[in-house]
Amino acid sequence: MTSEQPALVLRDLRKTFGSAVAVDGIDLEVRRGEFVTLLGPSGSGKTTTLRMIAGFMSPSGGSIEIDGQDMTRVPPYRRDVGMVFQNYALFPHMTAAQNVAFPLRMRRQSRPDVERRVSEALDLVKLRDLGGRYPRQLSGGQQQRIALARAVVFQPRLLLMDEPLGALDRKLRESLQLEIIRVSRELGATVLYVTHDQEEALVMSDRIAIFSEGRIEQLGNGEDLYDRPASLFVADFIGESNILRGRYEADGADGGWMTRGPWRWRVGRVAAEQAALEAGAAAALVIRPERTRILDGGSDLVPGSNVVDATVGEVLNLGPDTKYELTLEGGQRVSVREPRERGGRELHRGDQVRLTWAVEDGLLLADRDVTST
Amino acid sequence: MTTAGETRRRTPPSLAGKRDRWSWLVIPATVFLAAFFLVPLVAMVIRSVTDPVDAGISNYERFFSQEAYARVLVNTFWIAVLSTAACLAIGYPFAYLMSIVPGRWSGLLLIAVLLPFWSSLLVRTFAWQVLLRDTGVINRFLLDLGLIDEPLTLIRTTGGVIVGMSHILLPFMVLPIYAVMRRIDPEFGRAAANLGASPFAAFIRVFVPLSLPGVLAGCLLVFVLALGFYITPALLGGLGDQMISQLIVQQIQQRLDWGFGTAMSVVLVGITLAILFISSRAIRLQDVFGSAVED
Amino acid sequence: MSDSWRQPRRILMVGLGALTVFYLLAPTLVIVPMSFTEARILSFPPEGFTLDWYERMVTDRQWSTGLANSFQVALLTAILATVLGTLAALGLTRGRFLGRTAVNALVLSPLIVPVVVIAIGMFGLFVQWRIAGSLVGLVVAHTALALPFVVVAVATSLRTMDRNLELAAANLGADPRRSFQHITFPIILPGVLTGAIFSFITSWDEVVIAIFMTSARFRTLPVEMWEQVRQAVDPTVAAVSTTLLVVTTVLLVLLLVVRRQAPAQ
Repeated sequence: MTSEQPALVLRDLRKTFGSAVAVDGIDLEVRRGEFVTLLGPSGSGKTTTLRMIAGFMSPSGGSIEIDGQDMTRVPPYRRDVGMVFQNYALFPHMTAAQNVAFPLRMRRQSRPDVERRVSEALDLVKLRDLGGRYPRQLSGGQQQRIALARAVVFQPRLLLMDEPLGALDRKLRESLQLEIIRVSRELGATVLYVTHDQEEALVMSDRIAIFSEGRIEQLGNGEDLYDRPASLFVADFIGESNILRGRYEADGADGGWMTRGPWRWRVGRVAAEQAALEAGAAAALVIRPERTRILDGGSDLVPGSNVVDATVGEVLNLGPDTKYELTLEGGQRVSVREPRERGGRELHRGDQVRLTWAVEDGLLLADRDVTST
Repeated sequence: MTTAGETRRRTPPSLAGKRDRWSWLVIPATVFLAAFFLVPLVAMVIRSVTDPVDAGISNYERFFSQEAYARVLVNTFWIAVLSTAACLAIGYPFAYLMSIVPGRWSGLLLIAVLLPFWSSLLVRTFAWQVLLRDTGVINRFLLDLGLIDEPLTLIRTTGGVIVGMSHILLPFMVLPIYAVMRRIDPEFGRAAANLGASPFAAFIRVFVPLSLPGVLAGCLLVFVLALGFYITPALLGGLGDQMISQLIVQQIQQRLDWGFGTAMSVVLVGITLAILFISSRAIRLQDVFGSAVED
Repeated sequence: MSDSWRQPRRILMVGLGALTVFYLLAPTLVIVPMSFTEARILSFPPEGFTLDWYERMVTDRQWSTGLANSFQVALLTAILATVLGTLAALGLTRGRFLGRTAVNALVLSPLIVPVVVIAIGMFGLFVQWRIAGSLVGLVVAHTALALPFVVVAVATSLRTMDRNLELAAANLGADPRRSFQHITFPIILPGVLTGAIFSFITSWDEVVIAIFMTSARFRTLPVEMWEQVRQAVDPTVAAVSTTLLVVTTVLLVLLLVVRRQAPAQ
């Protein structure tokens, strides 16, 4: 196999505004045809990163390479990178077709070429008949598609999307997610997608880069991030998590223990090896809500599982599942998701129960945020 | 040419580093105004203390020491105050009406304000002259109806000046008040009603205080503009209604007394600037006069 | 608050509003019918109907040259003020330079200084520069007066414009010059036209500065009218007034059309 050149390489990319650090050393390689999402809370540097790649901001440090060419100091209009803006940024004084034609006209393509490619692009987003309309005459979803057509019509080397579905309602968003995936697959486009919606990221992406405070916390596919979060931040950000904080005690080659007050929980060997914590370190045990079970008070402990006493708080009906908010003895809250079974038992606020989970479902992570323990 | 990083942060991300070349575009207008507006004003100030050659502050002493001139100054203020009050009395309810009627109607009312706003001041003053004259439209109408036997003296009175000036200045009162009122959330009124306020109490206690910035802006604008009026008092006022602008023109055009005329001009500008400076502590002047610079 | 309206209050408000509209519009409009009167003096209601006074306005040498001069001055003012003002607005809203607030204040100050004072200041110096009493002098003076309107109109449209549009243009391959040509300028054009129309009207109606800046050889329509209204008045003045009003109104209607055609953001 030949090593194919990556479509995009970011090396130690930085951006500071005065004393504030927006992007703090990003390294990222995106393969050709890959769909990579930058996911993170607002202010985590993902949009700034995207804007530097587009050339709207110059980096304070590091480099940007597109198709093996250094683009760090190239002005945006010579980067050949398509972008879909959050508010679409369709030109209000041009029709949809004129908007789509704009990048071709800027590249001085011949009139027949422009016409042909515009109609192809409009076909691609299934808006062939609406080319003559002005943006204000289009619905939000239609504007979104035109913006997409405009961003891909000139076959850019890279397609950037900055929360392109942020302004749309949920149903439309879901159908457009599929639409964007279809279009990008059809074109074999390399996509860098920014969102703060984790579901969207999980649905659409080949890989996801989790941003926090200007850095990439973890880069991987959805499964990696959910099942093997690299940090407490990722565990907390992707999906729901129950986080039990305490201290880690090593137990030879056979995993170890988490201790918190009178409680002592077994940590699996794999989890302990991955975390590689020192004995006595502040640690957190992360268990997904669907991996926990509730036992009636006084039930026997199944071998190979951990257990803790709890009191039932809120009981939330989520349709197929029931979600229980439990309070542990120390006052910590955890949640448990259980499928609703016909004739199953019902728990009520104030019931005393035991919470249990299989040892191998507990993930051990370093607790960097000790102050909140 | 950039200011500190502070301001950079607040500006939206744009074509990095390409920003400063926009700055050069202010040069033509700046040079133009400096040469044809600022220099003449500075020359005027200089002339007020050098004409006659050894004038010094004598032109100013003359203005402030003689009772006749003091009377003109007081009169100017008095007419400006009355015009402002008249504009407020008519303009506030009208702006309120504009802010509560449905959009189509408020658009029409806005046009009714903007048309006179932009039409010739001289024509409008002339119209009032035609209306108020002894043989004018109003007197003819009243005589024909038999309501009066002799024509009323309407023109060449302080009242005539106030009527004409407030008619011309009314849009300057209505527009800033309306601009503030339309931004008052009607939910406030509903909230006040929900909390037990009668419609009148809600209006006085919630709506009026919220509209005050517009009222202040409108009053400032009308008052400052009224101070400098020339055409309207000249055509509608009597001898006793002389305003400072008329005095200035008289000195320059008829007496050719440039020293005294320019000194009075400086006084008028000084008063205007002082009023603006004082009110800039209470209201944002850029809201009143507009601004090209965001702050 | 409309849902808390009560019937008597409503009648009161509508009555007041109608009265105010009448006060705003009627006094000026009274001139219009007077310009068609057959009587030799201004009278209301007008007697009969004739266009004689308009004919007189166009044929009489003083009135007709005044009309032509006014058009010329207003047009040149509109062009000069629009060019200078648009550039200044671009510089003020986009540029970052020391003294930006000072330049902003300078550009807007003609709004604040009383016109009489501006007139005297300019007249004093323009006489020495030998441009008083001429077309050049008046155009220069009116341009200074009109500049704030252009700057505010253009700056407003620049500020309300979505800056992402320019980023999008750059992203799609437009260099700064073409981005301005194809995106920025078309989008701020309604603001520029607004400024142009406002400056035309400002000059067209201006009388105080014109009184000083014109001479017996070079007079504008408002100055001619000013000379007349202080003496015996014949209905030609009403015809002139109507003409002044009609031109302003037509331009304002044009402005409404321009703004309505503007792409909604």
